Amino acid sequence: MPLDKNLIAKRISQELKDGFYVNLGIGIPTLIANYVPENINVEFQSENGVLGMGPFPIKGSEDPDLINAGKQTITTLPGASFFDSAMSFSMIRGKHVDLTVLGAMEVSEKGDISNWKIPGKLVKGMGGAMDLVASSDNIIVAMMHVNKKGESKLLKKCKLPITGLRCVKKIVTEIAVIDIINEEFHLKEIAPGVSVDYVISSTEGKLNVPEFVPTMKF
Amino acid sequence: MINKKVSSVTKALEGISNGMTLMIGGFGLCGIPENSILELARSGIKNLVCISNNAGVDDFGLGLLLKNKQIHTMIASYVGENAEFERQMLSGELKVILTPQGTLAEKCRAAQAGIPAFYTPAGYGTEVAKGKEVKIFDGKSYILEEAYKADFSIVKAWKGDESGNLIFKGTARNFNPMMCGAGNITIAEVESLVPIGQLDPNSIHIPGIFVDRIFQGTKFEKRIEQLTIRKK
Repeated sequence: MPLDKNLIAKRISQELKDGFYVNLGIGIPTLIANYVPENINVEFQSENGVLGMGPFPIKGSEDPDLINAGKQTITTLPGASFFDSAMSFSMIRGKHVDLTVLGAMEVSEKGDISNWKIPGKLVKGMGGAMDLVASSDNIIVAMMHVNKKGESKLLKKCKLPITGLRCVKKIVTEIAVIDIINEEFHLKEIAPGVSVDYVISSTEGKLNVPEFVPTMKF
Repeated sequence: MINKKVSSVTKALEGISNGMTLMIGGFGLCGIPENSILELARSGIKNLVCISNNAGVDDFGLGLLLKNKQIHTMIASYVGENAEFERQMLSGELKVILTPQGTLAEKCRAAQAGIPAFYTPAGYGTEVAKGKEVKIFDGKSYILEEAYKADFSIVKAWKGDESGNLIFKGTARNFNPMMCGAGNITIAEVESLVPIGQLDPNSIHIPGIFVDRIFQGTKFEKRIEQLTIRKK
């Protein structure tokens, strides 16, 4: 069975390490905050100016002056801090953030990512994505393996306008965990009940498959 | 102490005229100078170039100026929440320059700090890099981005004193601090304006030297864009 969005988030949560500062993008990445292992401490950064982001508020306690980068109302945890946008991107470009997780429309086998623009359709903008992918050493993409037409999103070369070059290190989809090493995809894990052949046929870029592919554990 | 207080939003915005470039603080609808935007909407000033991270929503924030067709060019990082914006952009009525968020912040900060340009890795290898100088430092490619030039900066703070010192609250801080002093004239609207001497100097986020005019807004709606509540 392919994973749902929550399980993709849960699988990515296994990549969190004690002491990590983490920036989560909009969509599936946001869900990762629900699955932080209990024995570690991480802090979530939101690029609009908060470190130590907590869960959504309970009804009635929402504060219009306290939102995340998706403009959702949030809370803060003890030890949180606020800062301006320039300092926020000093944290990001200055490589002080340990892990970035974001969604994508396409990823190439070289680790290029496209996630901000579909020509001819509405362009909403890149927000902070270009800054994040240009600077982070540890970027995980959370996305579906194929698009709505059934076409692979793991490509030899991105077809859509690029957000950043050679930056993605790991991709977690509903069917597989794939690492990018030396500009090639490497199959690391498959989702429970998903065949290796199905992952191969759903991946357009060059996919290295070891003899034994472990199944994801939760 | 130098006193920057002006009596009304109308006085605060004096001198803004057709065709000017304005920096406007805020992220989404959080920390936007609502009173100044409403006054600009009333003023009918046209052909504005607006530098702001977002473009408001249809009936609030910069969306009000869009609705009146007062904005000629919008410089922003993300503009997704506004149907009228979409219509004007697709029809070509509105020019849009999409800029990576960190670059946008730094272009403001550079203007504030008197730095004409800087290198950033954001946007290298993308459409954003078109026509820009590329330089390699330690094997990594960077593009040259120039500081913004603006006629006015309009920011919103939580508290201020009459000498222009500002304190922000929560994530309403965002782009407001680095826009202060980045435009030729900086207007700060605050929720609470206190006499000189009543703010703790240790707590000031932006010193008054970066602010030219300060006034207390008469009404803050502080609209929430995406009210999200914990389920349990």
